[in-house]
This record gives sequence, C-alpha cells and structure tokens, in this order.
Amino acid sequence: MAIEIRPREDQPVVTTRPTTEPASARVPTRAPEQAAAARTTKIEARDLNLYYGSFRAVRDVTMDIPANEITAIIGPSGCGKSTFLRSLNRLHELAHGARMEGRLLIDGVDIYERSVDAVDLRRLVGMVFQRPNPFPTMSIYGNVASGLRLGGGPKPADLDEIVERCLTRAALWDEVKDHLGAPGTSLSGGQQQRLCIARALAVDPEVILMDEPASSLDPIATLRIEELMLELRGSYTIVIVTHNMQQASRVSDQTAFFSMGEDRAGYLVEMGQTTTIFTNPREQLTEDYISGRFG
Amino acid sequence: MSATPGTLAGSRAPFAERLAAVRGSRRRTMDRVMRTVALAAAVVCVIPLAAILLFVVIKGAAALNLDLLTKPPKALGTGGGALNAILGSLQMVALAALVAVPVGVLGGIYVSEFASRRSARAVRFGADVLAGVPSILIGIVAYTLLVLPFKQFNAAAGSVALALIMVPVIVRTTEEMLRLVPRELREAGYALGVPTWRVVLSVVLPAGRTGVLTGVMLAVARAAGETAPLLFTALGSRLVNVGEFGQPMDALPLFIYNGARQPITALNEQAWGAALLLLLFVLGVNVAVRARSWGRRAG
Repeated sequence: MAIEIRPREDQPVVTTRPTTEPASARVPTRAPEQAAAARTTKIEARDLNLYYGSFRAVRDVTMDIPANEITAIIGPSGCGKSTFLRSLNRLHELAHGARMEGRLLIDGVDIYERSVDAVDLRRLVGMVFQRPNPFPTMSIYGNVASGLRLGGGPKPADLDEIVERCLTRAALWDEVKDHLGAPGTSLSGGQQQRLCIARALAVDPEVILMDEPASSLDPIATLRIEELMLELRGSYTIVIVTHNMQQASRVSDQTAFFSMGEDRAGYLVEMGQTTTIFTNPREQLTEDYISGRFG
Repeated sequence: MSATPGTLAGSRAPFAERLAAVRGSRRRTMDRVMRTVALAAAVVCVIPLAAILLFVVIKGAAALNLDLLTKPPKALGTGGGALNAILGSLQMVALAALVAVPVGVLGGIYVSEFASRRSARAVRFGADVLAGVPSILIGIVAYTLLVLPFKQFNAAAGSVALALIMVPVIVRTTEEMLRLVPRELREAGYALGVPTWRVVLSVVLPAGRTGVLTGVMLAVARAAGETAPLLFTALGSRLVNVGEFGQPMDALPLFIYNGARQPITALNEQAWGAALLLLLFVLGVNVAVRARSWGRRAG
C-alpha cells in the first residue's frame, strides 16, 4: 500500500471535513425526516453481472448508491471496479462483446430498458476519466461548451454564462478566464482534469462518475480535485473508483469494497458508511485489504 | 573454455582469465564486415534517388523557361510549352481528388470507427488489393467502362482511373491515423452524451486531421505521377483543354511519355522540362507533408 505524501498545510482542511467525523456524530444533528430525505437512493444495482465475451468481469452486484453523496469504490486491481462504474453510464457496452445481466436503476428508471437511449442517459450521468482527456483540437471554452454544442440539442443562448459558471464550480475560472481561447491541452495536468470536470458539469448531469480521477496527478493537484469533489457533494451523486484508500476515506460518505473471486470475476464484498468500513468492517477480507495485508 | 557451466563460484577460473577466453576477435571482424555490407547496401539505395534528381534537374533546368509554363506546344517541335499538360494534370487530379477524398476518408472512418472486426478486415484487404493492382489494369477498366461506350477518349475516364488509385491510399491512411486517436477522447465525447457520428466528426477526425491530410496529399502526389491509367483514357492532347472532361486532355506524365519517344530533340527537351515540373510537384508535396509532421512533433 502506498504511503501517502501530502503537504502538511492541508491537514486542518481534512479534519474539518464532515466525512472524517464518525457517522454517529453526524446523524443526530439532523432532524429524523431530514436524515431520511437526505438518504434517498439514487442508483440501485440488482444482481448485476457484466461480461466481456464469455469472461465475467463483475458478478452479482447488488448495491444502493445514495443520492448527492460521494460513494467510493475500492478494491485490488482487476476486481471490476471500473467495469462496474462504466456500466452506470453504459460506456461498458461499447467494448467488443460486452454485455450485462441484471438490473440497474437510476431514480427507479431501468437504464438498460429498451426505451432508454444510451446517448441520452450519458447527458445525465457524466464521467471524469483516469487521465485528463480534454479535446485537443478545442479551446478551453470549446471544451466546456462541447457537450452542449455537440449534443444535438438547441444551443443555449447563455453559453458564455454556462461556461463561466462551470469553470467557476470546477475552481478553474480564475486561472483560465484570461485565455479561454487557448487549447485545453495547454493547461497543466491538474488544471486539465478540472477542465474535464467543468466539461462534465456543463451538460447538467445528476450523477458524476469518476474513474481514478487523481491517479495521474501530483499530490497538490489531487488535493484540489478532492476539495472540488466535496464542493460538488450535495448537488451531484458522485461515484468514484479509487486505488488510493486515503482518498476514499477523505472524500467519501459510503465505501464499497470489491474483490476478485476464484473465477476472476469481481464482486462486492461489502458496502457501508466509509467510517465503518475503515474502522470496523464486517468482513475479514475488507480488513485485510484496508490494513494492506493484500491487494 | 575451461569453466564448465553450473560449477560453483569458488571453482571457476579468475574473471580476467575467463574474459580473455571469451573475447573473440573473429566476432569483431564479422561485426565490422556486416556493418560495411549494410552501409554499402544503404548507399546503393540512395544512389538512384540522387542520380534521378541530378539528371532531371540538370536536363530539365535547361528546358525550363517561361514558355514551358505559359504556352501550349506548337506544331511538331517548333517550340511552345507544356501548358496543356500542366492544366490537364491539375484538372484531372483535382476531379479525381474530389471523388476519392470523400469516399476514401469516409471509408477509412467506417473501417476505424464503425466496422465489426470481420468487415474491417474485409475492407482493409480490399483496399490493399486495389492498391496493389497494376495501374495499367485500372486504366483498362476505366477504358472499358468509360471510353468504349462513348467511343471517345475523355478526361473524365482519366480522372476516374486516378481516383481508383487514390482511394485505397486514403482509406488506409485515414484508418491508421484515426486508430491512433486515443480511445479516451472518444469516450470523453460519449460520456457527454454526444452521438456517435458527432464524436467521429467533431472529436476523432479533428484529432487525426494531420494524418488524414498527409494521406490525401500523398495520394494526390501518387496520382499526379501516374501515366498508365491515362494512356487510353485521357489519351493526351496537344490542345489546351479547360473544363471539357468529355474530350481528351493532356497530363504531365503523358506529355513526358509522348515527348520522350519522338525523334525530335526539341520535344525531348520539353519532356525533360515537364519531368522537372512533375518532380518538383511530387517532391514538394512530400516535403510539405514531412514538414507538417515535423512541425507537429516539435510543437
């Protein structure tokens, strides 16, 4: 397990975050009905199986992902975390021979139903990738506007405002406002990743999937992405796949631990409040992984 | 060698002794011989290019003058220029490109973006076979389909023949270049809810445009130098033909071919001049392509 290298000055920031408090300390501060309202389920997976040809990559996953919280998916390499994540916006099905079984519901809608169009779905379920991937032929402005310009819908009249708002939300506006016409790829890696987040926000999604969004970034850029995630929490349902367990413990409300079975298929070992998973997991396997004994 | 493999460390001969034993002077001689042979072969590869360049430049420069560029040929070797051939080449290659570029680029897009593995392989194989068909056969096909029925040699048939030569080149380079565009970029587009055709057109194609353009330019250069497909389609003409694609038209390669085989010195010289023009055009395109990709890498 990697030892975390982080600048000291961010320590106070971490300790003030609600996620690092024990769940029990947080819940009683809310009125009961508020707490119930806050815990609505956004995404329900039911007996989800994902295949690449004859290879089963994910086996029998049933889990509920709460709305407007951050859910982290952790687990060793090859345990199907990314595959599971990519099934949530139906990117999985673009791979050769990919197919799924089971049900996946977002707000009660079965997203694999025949009547649901994958392209439409992806406007509501955005994604941020492992490596920053701004469109190299587009400017910073063009990158943020790309989803709206290329999405086929009517172009909004207030595109400039949307671009500014999204860049501001992605904590990038001040750094780029004077050269919006510069290529998106001229930014640093961390800035590019925040640009990609701004781009995802511009189409007004409800769910944001993040596939190891900070794994190619340095510790400071990573910290900024994590801060940004906490800013977005509450407005978006965020599902993040991460190899970095400190990151999961810092940012997420819920943690799901995946592992790989004998048949090399990934499965959900357990899921729960992040504090519980990290301090008092039900499964021995989870504890072994968290304490660095395998994986 | 004294040491037996697998012996214990302590029982081996001293390191220096063993090193002296394995050092082979024969091997080093062999190295030197092979290197020399390879170098000689490389030189032999470059000599023809240098010779052609030198020959064409020296012979052609003598014939190069304003008349060559601006005047049509006069009656049998009494002067004039190659304007008919220059304009003919430009027109026929332009018309061929007009047909071949959309077909080739879209075909390449199909193979790289939409085709199943099987149909991609089929199209790729077809393109490779077409690229390997001797150009004179393509000329015969164009002759059979577009000259015989009309009982008239015509420039349009020549353009079609050139287009057939360009298409496979463009299909293959487009496909190869688009496959170099990282999957992450396509996924970024898909993840924004952009429809597939828009992702291809607005994300993938712009990202690979330098490479696609390179393929197009190389295909143009290739078509501009083809003679065989034009011999019995556009035929050649001593008249300046602008826009009359139903009539015979001249082209630089035809001008060279016709001028070089006449026993008239003035025509031979004009042919050398035309050869230099053609060479400059083809080299110019190649250098432009290289310069583009170099500039790309440097930037």
